[in-house]
Amino acid sequence: MESFFSRYKNALVLIAVLLAQVIGVAVQVRRPLPKEHAQPDAGGVRLIRYWAISLVSPPERFVHWLGADIIGVWDNYLDLMHVRQENKDLQAELQRLRIEEGGIVEDARQGQRLQQLLAFKEKYVYQTTPAQVIGTSGTEQSRILSINKGSKDGVGVDMPVITPEGIVGRIREVFPHTSQVLVITDPTSGAGVILADTRIRGILRGNASGQPQVERVMPDERIKAGEKVITSGGDQIFPRGLAVGVVDRVVNDPDRDPLVDVLIRPAANLSQLEEVLVVTNMGDEVTPKQKLDMIQSEAAADTEQLRASEVLAERLPSRVDPDAPKTDDENSDDSADAEGEGIARPMRPPSALHPDRFTPNTTPAADSLTPGARLAPQSEGKGSTTASVPKPHATVPSSSNADDSDATETAVAVPKKKTPEVVPEDGSRPPATMTARPAVPLGTATTATHSSTTALAPTRAPMATMPATISHATTTAGGGTGTAAKPATNGSATSVSGVSAHDTTGNGSSVTTQPRNTTTAGSGTTTPARPLVTNSSTSNGTTPSGAATHTMAGSGTTGNSTSSAGTAAVHAAIPRPTTATGDAANSAVKTKVIVDGPLPSGAKKPATTSTSATSTGQQAPAAQTQRPSATAPVQKKSPELVPDDGSRPPPTMTQKPKPQPQPPPPAQSQPAPSQPQGGRR
Amino acid sequence: MARLAAATRRDVEIQPYPLVVFILVPLLALGLQSFVSLHFQRFDILDLPLLVTIYFAITRRNPIAGTLAGGVIGIAQDALTRQPLGIFGICKSIIGYLAASVGVRIDTESHVTRALLTFGFVFLHSGMYWVLVRRLLAQPYAWSWIHELIRGVINTVVAVVLFALLDLAKRKEY
Repeated sequence: MESFFSRYKNALVLIAVLLAQVIGVAVQVRRPLPKEHAQPDAGGVRLIRYWAISLVSPPERFVHWLGADIIGVWDNYLDLMHVRQENKDLQAELQRLRIEEGGIVEDARQGQRLQQLLAFKEKYVYQTTPAQVIGTSGTEQSRILSINKGSKDGVGVDMPVITPEGIVGRIREVFPHTSQVLVITDPTSGAGVILADTRIRGILRGNASGQPQVERVMPDERIKAGEKVITSGGDQIFPRGLAVGVVDRVVNDPDRDPLVDVLIRPAANLSQLEEVLVVTNMGDEVTPKQKLDMIQSEAAADTEQLRASEVLAERLPSRVDPDAPKTDDENSDDSADAEGEGIARPMRPPSALHPDRFTPNTTPAADSLTPGARLAPQSEGKGSTTASVPKPHATVPSSSNADDSDATETAVAVPKKKTPEVVPEDGSRPPATMTARPAVPLGTATTATHSSTTALAPTRAPMATMPATISHATTTAGGGTGTAAKPATNGSATSVSGVSAHDTTGNGSSVTTQPRNTTTAGSGTTTPARPLVTNSSTSNGTTPSGAATHTMAGSGTTGNSTSSAGTAAVHAAIPRPTTATGDAANSAVKTKVIVDGPLPSGAKKPATTSTSATSTGQQAPAAQTQRPSATAPVQKKSPELVPDDGSRPPPTMTQKPKPQPQPPPPAQSQPAPSQPQGGRR
Repeated sequence: MARLAAATRRDVEIQPYPLVVFILVPLLALGLQSFVSLHFQRFDILDLPLLVTIYFAITRRNPIAGTLAGGVIGIAQDALTRQPLGIFGICKSIIGYLAASVGVRIDTESHVTRALLTFGFVFLHSGMYWVLVRRLLAQPYAWSWIHELIRGVINTVVAVVLFALLDLAKRKEY
């Protein structure tokens, strides 16, 4: 037995030494304890590590001190050339930076206020301890730095170590005067990071070659080289928003095929570090609730990432089972792969339970549609037509008398003045009601009555039912005092004086809005109109008296108005696409002005010009509606003259205005000075 | 081999070294390895503690001393890293044992022999380290034949110079 030990003494010693060390390693790498009880090393290991570092650190500190002294002597005494000039340059730069600082500080305060408003908690770096790097691990496999600050300097475990350029690592081991820093290039390190542009989160680790990388990222084409990477703050170590580096390139993860690794080029020069900052205080402590939220957020991100990878794996053509039964449910995700041949089809949206006209595939093809045509059926009629509109916002009954007009106020209180009702010679009344649907949603209706004429200005009312004659709104007016109606809202302005004014804002089409205005100047005094809301056409209210000015501007409208001579009853009909001339809205600008009253002698076709024609020689200075998109000016349209014999225009007024010479204004008692047309206030 | 064994009769004698050399040289190797790597990152391809272990093992020609010396130096090197104590210790213990065992049998005074031994031991050291890290600790470690070859060559070149310098510290026999 003795000979055995003496003969194999060397081998036995080797085995004993190896066995002891293996056991020691096994003890050190056992399953870690919970974090609150865990320490980087056990007591014995820590003691050995401390001894080793205590033996190695003094020479390193000495060498570092010696080198620092030599460098200091050189810097402080020998290399002082150009210091004076450099000092001047620095002073100038300091002044410039102070100026810039004012703005930056204000921006920072504003940012902090906004963050407070959002209840956004962020950890700020409040206190740092500068330290000098005095050594490394000396091996390729372990990225460890030794710094000359330890527990007596306030350094603790897991404190982040940064430089002004970016993060370096975290404190791994702390000794009284030295500490070990685990650099982010180490494979066992970890830092929560986020890509600044694509907002992709991940965990930063060092790879085997010593380059940090964000591991296990879903493939994303948006990740480009040069994209900044910052800390996310989710690791509870690094404050949020610190620079980490930039994306170097993207490589496939060798262990997880669909996923990729994003290699990072560190912002800090980790290969030649001399001074670092240990963040010893990060201000606001994270509450347990915030910790829980962060943990849940990270867990959710991991779960989502895992699920995405599984979905991606499921989508691979190789996973398609050609023998799988074909499913009928086309909304099922599985059906995308169930077509066989390993070709994934795009997913389709689920079918609607209650399809309507907005449901896909229920809308007719675009080539089958006629521009301007309406899909919904419209009620049309002659004389009395009420378009089937769901909710009239302003309903005005037939305004055959002043009392009726009193009941016509809608949204906006309009000063009305009751005047004797003037009935046309034939005793006709404005038939029925019409429903107008101005496209502009502000619903106001301005009504001004004078001389038994109702002037309506259902301006901007989405729906307005007003007394009007379809396709030829007729207004008879007598003399009297004019009242200027308030131009109600934008897009329409009404100036009514003398008799009445019927200002309507509407649209010839069913959708678009083309405000039009009718400005009427009747005889008598006028009350200046007070515009409520200014717009392109707003009456200034200075309507001359004694003249009935009827201007009607519009596009795509069919407005018929009858103006009594001398009293200037002007009525602008609401353009309606449902009228017989509704198709005119689709063509160019077509406006018909129908003037009631006796035909002037000698005039074959006494008609007023549309829009700009001043039937009384005077014109309201404003209230012209512009339509930029109109291809033809309104002035070019020839009005249709209707004699004052009680006759009405034919039911269909689809005929285009005939090019006729401009007749003189009919039945104008007073000559009206010419005024500029189409004024736009 | 017979010639080699007969010629090494005188070499079997244990080379005397001052005690301070046995203490300071490993410490200096660890310090240099740690400090120089800070300013020259590529310096970590060298393994000065391993070279010191090999040198003392082949000059002392005592496997037990080589094993213990390798174990202590390796553990001290482990202490500077983040890995558990014992990884480098195991590797260097085996290297010390083998180097001392080989030093008993062959002439280690020749530079060529030293170079060949050093190259082989460096390569063996990397292999054992890879096994321990990948299989025992399950940590990532990239093995590259070219890199290990370069490492072996560089360490061999440095070892030849270093061993010559350390030979100057031998106690002179008068």
